[in-house]
Amino acid sequence: MAIATEQGKGIGQAVHRKEDKKLLTGKGRYVDDLKLPGMQHMAIVRSTHAHADITGIDTSKAKGMPGVTAVLTGDDLEFAAGVPCASNPTGDMVHPVRPPLAKGRVRHAGEQVAVVLATDRYAAADAAAMVEVSYSPLPAVITPEQALADGAPKVHEELDSNVGLVLAHKTDNVDDAFAKADVVVKHTIRNQRLIHVPIETRGVVADWNTASDELTVHSSTQVPHFLRTFLAIVCGVSEAKVRAIAPDVGGGFGSKLNAYAEEFIAAAASQKIGAPVKWIEERSEAMLATCHGRAQDAHMELAATKDGKVLAMRAHYVQDYGSYLQMLTPLISQLTLLMSPGAYATPEVDVTVTNVYTNTVPTDALRGAGRPEATHAIERMMDILALELGMSRTEIRRRNFPQEFPFTTAIGLMYDSGDYEMTLDKLLELSDSKDEFEKRRAEADGRGKLLGRGLSTWVEVCGFVPSDVARSALGLTPGGWESSTVRMHPTGKVTVITGTSPHGQGHATSWSQIIETELGIPFDDVEVIHGDTAFAPYGLGTYGSRSLAVGGTAVHLAATQLRDKARLVAAQMLEASSDDLDFEGGTFSVKGSPDKSVTMQEVAFRAWQAFDMPEGVTPGLDETVFFDPPNCVFPFGAHGCEVEVDKETGKVEITSYIAVDDCGNVINPMIVDGQVHGGVAHGIGQALYEGAVYDANGQLLTGSLVEYVIPTAVEIPSIQTHRTVTPSPTNPLGVKGIGEAGTIASTPAVVGAVCNALGVRDLDMPLQPETVWRAMQEGGAA
Amino acid sequence: MKRAVTISVNGVSHTTGVEPRMLLVHLLREHLNLTGTHVGCDTSNCGACTVWLDGMAVKSCTVLAVQANGSEVTTIEGVSANGDLHPMQRAFHETHGLQCGYCTPGMVMTAIKLLESNPDPSDDEIRRGLEGNLCRCTGYENIVAAVRQAASGVTV
Amino acid sequence: MIPQAFEYEQPESVADAIAILGKHGGEARILAGGHSLVPLMKLRLAAPDALIDIGRIASLRGITDTPDAITIGALTTHAQVASSEVIAGGCPILAETAAGIGDVQVRNRGTIGGSVANADPHGDLPAVFLALEGEATAEGPNGERTIAATDLFVDYLQTSLSQDEIVTSVRVPKAGRSAYVKFNRRAQDWAIVGAAAVVDGSSARIALTGVASKPVRAAAAEAAFTGSNAAEAAGHAADGLDPPSDTAASGEYRAHLARVLVRRALEAAMAR
Repeated sequence: MAIATEQGKGIGQAVHRKEDKKLLTGKGRYVDDLKLPGMQHMAIVRSTHAHADITGIDTSKAKGMPGVTAVLTGDDLEFAAGVPCASNPTGDMVHPVRPPLAKGRVRHAGEQVAVVLATDRYAAADAAAMVEVSYSPLPAVITPEQALADGAPKVHEELDSNVGLVLAHKTDNVDDAFAKADVVVKHTIRNQRLIHVPIETRGVVADWNTASDELTVHSSTQVPHFLRTFLAIVCGVSEAKVRAIAPDVGGGFGSKLNAYAEEFIAAAASQKIGAPVKWIEERSEAMLATCHGRAQDAHMELAATKDGKVLAMRAHYVQDYGSYLQMLTPLISQLTLLMSPGAYATPEVDVTVTNVYTNTVPTDALRGAGRPEATHAIERMMDILALELGMSRTEIRRRNFPQEFPFTTAIGLMYDSGDYEMTLDKLLELSDSKDEFEKRRAEADGRGKLLGRGLSTWVEVCGFVPSDVARSALGLTPGGWESSTVRMHPTGKVTVITGTSPHGQGHATSWSQIIETELGIPFDDVEVIHGDTAFAPYGLGTYGSRSLAVGGTAVHLAATQLRDKARLVAAQMLEASSDDLDFEGGTFSVKGSPDKSVTMQEVAFRAWQAFDMPEGVTPGLDETVFFDPPNCVFPFGAHGCEVEVDKETGKVEITSYIAVDDCGNVINPMIVDGQVHGGVAHGIGQALYEGAVYDANGQLLTGSLVEYVIPTAVEIPSIQTHRTVTPSPTNPLGVKGIGEAGTIASTPAVVGAVCNALGVRDLDMPLQPETVWRAMQEGGAA
Repeated sequence: MKRAVTISVNGVSHTTGVEPRMLLVHLLREHLNLTGTHVGCDTSNCGACTVWLDGMAVKSCTVLAVQANGSEVTTIEGVSANGDLHPMQRAFHETHGLQCGYCTPGMVMTAIKLLESNPDPSDDEIRRGLEGNLCRCTGYENIVAAVRQAASGVTV
Repeated sequence: MIPQAFEYEQPESVADAIAILGKHGGEARILAGGHSLVPLMKLRLAAPDALIDIGRIASLRGITDTPDAITIGALTTHAQVASSEVIAGGCPILAETAAGIGDVQVRNRGTIGGSVANADPHGDLPAVFLALEGEATAEGPNGERTIAATDLFVDYLQTSLSQDEIVTSVRVPKAGRSAYVKFNRRAQDWAIVGAAAVVDGSSARIALTGVASKPVRAAAAEAAFTGSNAAEAAGHAADGLDPPSDTAASGEYRAHLARVLVRRALEAAMAR
């Protein structure tokens, strides 16, 4: 009996998302929606000093406030370890310990000092305001320059200085190449400190059952399994007794790719008081307590021939670590180093990264995580080189693209597949010719606007990561694989359990599409479970544009294994040889006798009944795969941006944005476009509006969404997305990642456009109106 | 000192005692378990908390529950009838106008009112009309497409 | 996020409101739309002992058209000002300015009375009010009085209202050739600088927001204006000003914006 499947929701289709209905109707379940009986609310008292010794904490007034259950400090809670850092690029980097609740010393304004637990969040807020902390301030270093100065006060006394790590990679003939070059251009490109601002802040509900010692933690996280493992380590509990759950998560962008002090504190507090503990981060708190991103300067030099061939690159990146190492802090600038050559075949490189501690909020992954920094720097330098040589910005890029793939860069990374001229040519086809543009530039001038356009040709490394590479090249503690279970039920439905942890990326939809294509099971008959460590074998979570390339491949492989087993059972049912069966539309049929067929649903039912099974075939249809990718993947593309700059005010308006991206094969083009839109908007935010600013005392001036400005729909232009498809040879789906590509590509395209409008070499982001106005005052000549 | 407030929410009258300082968004989420309205900031910028108060879009984090005494409130849970999606919700679904979904209830509430007052808006008018609702996931592209589609009345 | 606790009163009349204000001796605040006050209270930058919610007082609503002026009840929201045909016809600068305050959600709650009584130095309406030379009517224990806009704004968030006075209405003269130009980095934001110009033959009244601790008249620019020399007059827009610097903009840039925006406001006003 064949059941007709509704085809058309398989791989490659722009299928509407199955996640949407509950989210659209307000039935999502985010962490603050969770209420457990007896639940207490936690409010956190935070340091008001950038660097100080705590000389006393007086909790007496707070303890007496109505509704207060407990007031706890670093002395009240025991932890078996500090906040974890899973990245050690050299293997011998010293990791300073960060206690979840400060003990003795605070190292940035906003560090956790004490917590209040109360019956509701209003009472908790009132009591937190009554905790009196006395400090003995210490001299602080706020910028890497200050931290690197002779005699600078140390953020961590056990270290020799404020330098946390130096990485370097130098090929043999760099100095020769610089000596031989016709031209050398030199510039410092600043990549400013950013704050992620997902619209949902962080939050956690920790529920320690003191009778069974089982801990369940619901957290707005991108990495529930890492969280579980680290809860076990930090809170000293058996990992087999810990369950971590990511409910619906309202955006992460890397800010929730971490294990935070608050998660450990909430768990320990729950154990202490014997009740569930909820902590929901306030936005002003998020600005101070969630990791920041970027904060990297690039001192760059390119040596080139007069024909624009780049012979060598020197790059010295200075990365601000902030005051502590969070989970992947050292990895970020390491990724910058690895992608420093960008989309170019520069043969000689001398790259160093100096990583510096300061008394500021720690930095860690922020959409692109080290690769936007690398791309922005090299793309700006290519524009500067073009200007210096009087060459076109497209021509200079063409002359330096690698021609054959896979291509191994001077850093040693093997870019899996690519055709950078193809995406550049497509961008140029979609853009005005130089003459047309110049006509419009003249017209705009008459309206008091300076017109400019910029481009970026980008490549990035994502789909993290082969486990060998994770260990040997990156110094990461965990591997980089991903898991998936595909399980078919007796009544013909499928459950996919994935180790990815989506927070907007639509994996339930995309994985269901994979199942429809591989198994012929209708899209609507597939359920995808994610984010719960009780279900998934182990997942490394969602970040680094890895979920499809690694997690989706695991789903594909598990589905393929399941289909292979089903074929054996089908053959038995049809009394044929398994080689003699066709599989189409979810049905196995005997070659040449299409009426002799069984559906996948019938096979599943038989496998469940398990009678008359083929020799050696076990009951059920349930396959689990752990997939370790053989390489990262390297999406690439070309973005073009046009701006109008108000000559009087310096205000920048983006009038056109075209993205041409190649992320290999595409499972759901609608979702891919959405990721590009969001990524580009995020990059526009960095280019024109955002920047975390500290004052001289280490107080965060951009402490709310009033001062830290993220774009509204008015600021973001219409983003046109186009695609080419160069399959990745790295995984059977031929897919790459796309989640961060827009952010990586966009900042240099936007900044390049504004520089083109003004006729200047470079400008520091964010290009706020005043910045642009000042640049115009200082004279436009390049 | 708690005050009794009576508020009609999604057509159902509720009377509850609240501190004067209780924010309307907290009354909705905590007292009435209507958790579809979200909190995204503390400075009235993000708009995730947008509900309709006496038929007008407002940021419920900036309204005290006591100020809504005697008023009618509609939350995201109240915009669709009989379990069907409101045309605006359907448009968001069809254009992929949401990703993580956190800003979405507030965005939909504002968008519906936008079209009520301007049934045939230009893209610029749509973007300006949504300036009080921040999104970090979508880059607004498909949100604008959703409102445009809802305005045209065409379903895909 | 959570305000400190306070007492809450909801008077039914202006007289009751004034009495309650007096009772609290300066430790009470008036609550109208609340979109300046409640955000401050949520950050615990303001913590009044009591809030006096005047939202129920019907006499504070209404728009009245007279031949030369328009009287607007203090509780009229920005949205209502923006959509009023009377105001659009008689004093379009006011309607247009109100339509650009914050975002639609803010405009549905914020009130004109609250705006002028709060005197935010980045607020749009106070500057326009100043340029129109409007009047505020205030009621206190000693009765009612009229305060000219030029006498109303004293210093940072300070007006000449006494602690126990409430703005009950504002009155703006009708004015056709007028315009308000606002500059911010991003939609929904407060103005970094805003310029309001009301032109009357060969003279102009020009007011600025965002350049001082309160909205101010650009007196030098007004004096230089002859009726047709917008650019020249605007060159004096920042004379005598020492605009503040903050994360949004430096004083120097604000001064520059003042000159640019005054010229644009004058040109727009003259073109009507």
